Formats: sequence, C-alpha cells, structure tokens
Amino acid sequence: MKKIHLQPIDGNSTGYLGLLAILGAFVLGALGSTYYMEHNGHWVTGMDNQIVWGMPHVFAVFLIVAASGALNVASISSVFQKKIYKPLAPLSTLVALALLMGGLMILVLDLGRPDRLIVAMTYYNFKSIFAWNMILYNGFFVIVGIYAWFMLDRTMKQYSRYAGIAAFVWRLALTTGTGSIFGFLVARTGYDMAMMAPMFVIMSFSFGLAIFLLVLMASYNWTGRELGDAVVNRLRKLLGIFAMAVLYFVFVYHISNLYATEHHGFEAFMLLGENGGETYSNIFWIGQILIGSLIPIAMIYAPGVANCRKTLAMACLLIVFGGLAQMYTIIIGGQAYPLDIFPGMEVLESTFNDGLVSQYSASLPEYLLGLGGFAVSLIVIALGVKVLGFLPESLADSVADPHAKAE
Amino acid sequence: MNKTETVNISRRSFVEKSATAAAALTIAPGIFLNQVHAKPAAEAVTDAKRWGILVDTAKCASGCTSCVTACHEENGIASHGRPLTDQQWIRKVKLKDKQTNHVVSLPVMCQHCEKPPCVDVCPTGASFKRDDGIVLVDRHICIGCRYCMMACPYKARSFAHEAVDNVVDYQPRGKGTVESCTMCVHRVDEDGTPACVEACTEAEHGAMIFGDLKDPESAISKELVKHGGTQLRADLGLNTGVRYRGI
Repeated sequence: MKKIHLQPIDGNSTGYLGLLAILGAFVLGALGSTYYMEHNGHWVTGMDNQIVWGMPHVFAVFLIVAASGALNVASISSVFQKKIYKPLAPLSTLVALALLMGGLMILVLDLGRPDRLIVAMTYYNFKSIFAWNMILYNGFFVIVGIYAWFMLDRTMKQYSRYAGIAAFVWRLALTTGTGSIFGFLVARTGYDMAMMAPMFVIMSFSFGLAIFLLVLMASYNWTGRELGDAVVNRLRKLLGIFAMAVLYFVFVYHISNLYATEHHGFEAFMLLGENGGETYSNIFWIGQILIGSLIPIAMIYAPGVANCRKTLAMACLLIVFGGLAQMYTIIIGGQAYPLDIFPGMEVLESTFNDGLVSQYSASLPEYLLGLGGFAVSLIVIALGVKVLGFLPESLADSVADPHAKAE
Repeated sequence: MNKTETVNISRRSFVEKSATAAAALTIAPGIFLNQVHAKPAAEAVTDAKRWGILVDTAKCASGCTSCVTACHEENGIASHGRPLTDQQWIRKVKLKDKQTNHVVSLPVMCQHCEKPPCVDVCPTGASFKRDDGIVLVDRHICIGCRYCMMACPYKARSFAHEAVDNVVDYQPRGKGTVESCTMCVHRVDEDGTPACVEACTEAEHGAMIFGDLKDPESAISKELVKHGGTQLRADLGLNTGVRYRGI
C-alpha cells in the first residue's frame, strides 16, 4: 500500500463559506426557537402533558444513535484490523463526535430548564438510565477524542488500537443505554422490551454509516479529491447488510408483541392504523419500511448501479429519512398510544385524555431546533476537516486498495 | 470562671432579661401554635409511617369534582384555558367494566408508589420518595427532562408548560419543571389531612380515607383489613399508597 497523507482541506472557496453560512443560519434558527420556547414555555410547541417528548427528541435521539454508528469505520479499522479503512478512521471519529454534539445540543435546549445543565452534571441518580447516559455521552467525547488524537499524533499512534477498542466498547454501551431509555419504561406498551437496546445498536450501525458515507462522498466531491470505488463499494455493501439487520430487528420486535395478547391493541394501532393510529402506521409502512428501508436496500443491491455515487447518496439519504421515521414511530407513536391504567375497563369520562390516542403535531420551532442540531454537526465536521488533517489526500483505488477488483 | 462574675448581674440587665423572657412566653404560643402536635421541621421523616389514601368508588359521586377543586385551590394550580398543557394534579375518571358494564367514578392522582418508576428514572434525583412514602419532586433540581412523565404508569405528572402564577409559599412551583400531587405534604407534616380527602368528607361523600398504612389502628388500615383494596396496575408490583375499592 502506498503511503497515505491526511491533509486538511483549503476551506477558502465560496462554496465552503456558503455552506457554513447556510448551516449557521439553521443554527440561528434553532437558537431563536429555543429562546421562543423557553421564554413562553413549552405550551407553544406541539408537546403537551400526553406527548411529553416531541420532534426535538426524534432528531436528538436519531443523531445520538447515528453518532455511535459513524464510528463503524474506525472500529472496523482498529478493532478488526481492516487496513483499507485505516485512512478513514480519523474522519469516522470526527463525524461521530460531531453528530453527538448536535444531538446533545437539541436535547439540552429542549429541557424545561436548560439553564440547569450544571445540575444535570452534578446531581446523579445512579439508578437512572438517563443519568448513566449522561456519563456515557460525556465519556464518548473523552474516549473518542483521545482515540482521534492517538491516530493523528505520530508519537501516540502505537496506542491508537487500544483507544479504538475502548471506543468500540464504549459506543456499544452508549447505544445500549440510549435504547434502554425506552426499553426500561415498564408501563408503556410500545416500550418495555429489553430488545430496544440491541435494536438501537443495530440502528446506529445503519444510520451512522449512511451519514458517514454522505459526508465522505460530499467532502471528496466538493474538494476535488479522488475517492475510489474500492472503499465506497465495501461500505455500500456493509450499509446494505446493516439496513437489512434493522429490518430483522423491527420484525422480531413486532412479532414478539403480536404473540402477547396484551400488546395486540398496540400492534393493531401501529401496524394496521386502527383506533386512531393511521398516522403512525402510514409513517411506519411508507416512511420507515418502504422509503426508508426497502427502496434503499434495493438501490444498494440493484445490478448495474454498483459504482453509481448518486444512487448510493440517494440510498443513504433515504436511510436517514427512514431512521427519522423510525424514531418518530418509536418516540411519538409509543406515547400516543394510551396507557393502560385501568385494564379491562373502558374510560367513559376523563379530563386528562385517559384511554384516548394523543394527537401530536410538531410546531415550527421544534423542527428548527432539530434541524439546528443537524447543522451544528455538519459545521463541526466542516471546520474539523479544515483545521486538522482528517481527510486522506487521495483514496483512489490505487492508493486505498491496489488489489481491488472492479465491479 | 470568676465566682463573683457569675452573680454580678446588674439591675438593668436583670430587668432586660426578665422582660425578654416574659415577652417570649407571651408571644411563643402564637408563633408556634400550628406546630404543637406536628413534626418539628428539623426532625427527619422516618419510615415509621406510610401515608396512604383509600378511595371507595361506590361512594365517589359521578360528576362531583370537589376533590379536584380543593386540590387545585390548595396548591395554587390555575388553568390557562389550555387543557392539554394545563397542570392537573388530580383528575376524575368514569370507567365501565368491559365485561360487566359496571360503571364507577374515581379520582386519579399520584399513587405514591413504594417503588416509584418516576424516582428510578429521574437523572438528577429531583424525583424522590420520603421515608413515609410520599413521592415528591424537588423543583429546585428538576431540569425539566420529563422522563418521569414517560415512566409514570398513571399519567400523574404534569409539566409546567408556562409561567406559574399564584404560587403558594408552601408549594414552590415554576415554569419548565414537573409537578404532581404531594399528598398535601405541608398539611400532613402538621398532622393535617390532604385537601382532596377533606373536601370529599365535607361534600358528605366520604369516599376518601387518609391515614397511616402501617398503623393497624388507623381508619384506613381497618377499612383495608375489613374490605380490602386494589391497586391500579397491581401487575407492575409498585405497591401503591393509594388504594381503590370497587374496581
């Protein structure tokens, strides 16, 4: 293998500055939304006492899960010693850190009291999986940060494999923790399942790799650097496998629920759209399964498109869309389905919507906050590749994998 | 200490101290009147008691909302005219048994679980349970993440979606934090009865009994021994402090 140089990008072009300006506008939109929501209180959003977590959480959890997945390439390189991915491992850590930053920003700015962040950092209830997640998120920054440093610093390079293994274990813990936020909710029919944790792990593999591929292809395309098919096609196939694995987990999740009579109501709501679940079943079947899984899987494996970057980019975008749809059905759908407080009873009257499907319609500030989180992630990546040498100068096939066979 | 100093009290000093003591003896009963029987503020709550409420749905009148009104008046909870985001510490529900068609009416509030899921999930420990079984939110360290609302099986918690007016001094509340029934802890600590229970009695329904579940001589314990009482979602094993009869 030829020596591969990691080179910062120039970052002086109009396109680059324009990109930063557009992303900056989204961040301003998010900050404005936060001010509006916090000044007036959350009643101005679509959230209420029934749907307590809304669109900001859909974006935030998606980004946090994707952050872990963006580390795939680095993990395969350091832990499983696949040399072809080694040049891309630093970029993988940058994307992972950036996505986590964006996700956490949303989560914090949506708190009822974001000004009390210091309280969240200093008061820990160790029985709370949420508190554990705070430790996991902060630890992720530290461990992945050290991992990136070891890879980029010639004098520390020898230790990078150990840091990579630590980061690999930590990222699995992080996604397990994030899935468990839902899995541990014993009272809600749509949650309360240990499977949530591994499902979130596998979701992270797929969503994170899709975003990583988009970042990779965009940055090479926009900087005019050469990116060979050998690396991209390997990642493309890997993405296909991950997307199918997510489908498998979703299948097992629903088949388990379908077996238990007490969950039939929820499944009818989510899969058949009964009892007011039309929105969620539509988002599930059309958004998550068709557009977000089956179509991109077909695009990945379709004959004749192996080297087509546009097809792959579109497949990645659809997987991102499908991921957001999946988060929506999990987070919003899970809350919209009524809590079964009085089993065997029909609620005739209640002033608190007991027994009714809750309605939710995200407000503009919620969307803006969510998109602002994405923008923060992309700004961090854009600045990262300019300041430090995260991107290999060339990943042409002759450099990345001289023995690669063309497809 | 010099012996002469100990007895060397001037006449002026003597008069001053006597007057202070007399004033203290006169005023003190007024100041401390409400604490005569109550637990002193400095005394820690212990698990010698477990407070609970028993609701007899046969006596709970359909359409009566005395308990709700009393609770909200007592705790300064005002509606903003937006039912979906207004705080509700207690609500009335009317249920029909799907099999038997038997209809019951009952109030639902925080069930003050022995093993509260809201306390388990709270990242900062703002949700906590006192040793006497009362589940509360410390609104000084609540960050407004709403995870407790996700975890509560009874939808007993509300989020302050907007500025809170009408705050009463014994019940600090504020925008951006989560709140729920405190079992009127400020009354309980002064040997009182929760406002909802009192209102139910005053309305002559007598559907709610408040008391110490650990005291076999308390009215609530005697009623429970005699007629039993069920928990909402008993399958979750939370051992609630609020019990119901007739559902």
